[in-house]
Amino acid sequence: MIPGVFDYHRPASLSDAIGLLSRLDSDARVIAGGHSLIPMMKLRLASPSHLVDLAAIAELKGARVEAGEVVIGAMVTQHEAIGSELLAAHAPILRETAAVISDPQVRYMGTIGGNVANGDPGNDMPAVMMALGASYVLRGQGGERRVAARDYYQGAYTTAALPGEILTAIRFPAPPAGHGYAYEKLKRKVGDYATAAAAAILTVSGGRIATCSIGLTNVAETALFADAAARAVVGGALDKASLARASAAAEAIADPAADGRGSAEYRKKMAGVMTARALSRAFARATA
Amino acid sequence: MSKSIVSMTVNGRTVSAEAESRTLLIHYLRENLNLTGPHIGCETSHCGACTVDIDGKSAKSCTIFAVQAEGAQVLTIEGMAGADGKLHALQEAFRETHGLQCGFCTPGMIVRAHRLLLENPNPSEAEIRMGISGNLCRCTGYQNIVKAIQYAAAKINGVEVKEAAE
Repeated sequence: MIPGVFDYHRPASLSDAIGLLSRLDSDARVIAGGHSLIPMMKLRLASPSHLVDLAAIAELKGARVEAGEVVIGAMVTQHEAIGSELLAAHAPILRETAAVISDPQVRYMGTIGGNVANGDPGNDMPAVMMALGASYVLRGQGGERRVAARDYYQGAYTTAALPGEILTAIRFPAPPAGHGYAYEKLKRKVGDYATAAAAAILTVSGGRIATCSIGLTNVAETALFADAAARAVVGGALDKASLARASAAAEAIADPAADGRGSAEYRKKMAGVMTARALSRAFARATA
Repeated sequence: MSKSIVSMTVNGRTVSAEAESRTLLIHYLRENLNLTGPHIGCETSHCGACTVDIDGKSAKSCTIFAVQAEGAQVLTIEGMAGADGKLHALQEAFRETHGLQCGFCTPGMIVRAHRLLLENPNPSEAEIRMGISGNLCRCTGYQNIVKAIQYAAAKINGVEVKEAAE
């Protein structure tokens, strides 16, 4: 389990990191927490010739609220996200989600930026960011641009990020106070990827669901934005019939592979079950 | 080969050793520094036997390159006991409550539990179980490990500890 040979770089600033990426071989990779990349390097599924470590770049750390938008630095770890009072106050779904990612040791190292950036369909944060309507800030030699989470994922490990670009931050409009949220993850054990998982964010007005968005984890080549499932519950109270419509809509877009977590049929069904559970819990929170 | 001198502070001592970029921290600790307390169990980030403390974080040293820990403060099981050889409360607790059988997972368990108790000095049983969920034990069924951490928490907090069961 020894990775291939590479040169290691630890730039002190973002501009240095971007400069390095533009000068180095095209197979240079950035490393954040490393808990996806290093296992892949040990298996020789990845053999970058250079690693550019983002750990020393202060501008990638911390979270803040800027004009109603929550801004999370890419190098904020899952452990820090769980402990952040700012994130708990503005987007408590992040704490709930980070807490079910892997195990404590991995959460100390693993970062939110790495979780959303690398395009692993098993990662939990992409579906949450889709539900939150987040954008990813990408910076490269050509400057900075933003890509919506809902447009970022093109296939397993394939994303809209261009070679030489670094995902520096995640931004999303803070959901209104009193919103409902839930992340429901079915997994076999601590440390496992989801058999299926669903993130729901909603607002309730006069007993009816005013707005709703849903993201699904690990039931397709990418995280999925379940637009039709969300529309199925908007405009009414949450009841058995609307939950069934939402579940069916989630199942309709799920296209999981059979794996050790279950058959494709089972995992598809669980996409619907997790959707209903997430909606129920989010609705209960919004109406509590 | 891209070798360099990698320096860090391990158990309070400044250390330096030549290592390749691809050298994992667990190999650096065991082979360069001869600290064989942290164990290689699965080597795939699952079992937690290689857990050490790096700058205040519990981490699996099989999933970190030694170069990433350049300049860091690292604590391994070898650094838990006092300079006079007096066992740390957690070490005493694992002995007194039979928190181990084969002992393979114990160095990682104790270093992880150390960080857990620093962050949460009075954990509930559920918090202890979640707190050590990144460390696998195939002997004890965890029951006595949980008891050991409760024993150590009580001792550290100055609560009188009941004599261990016979």
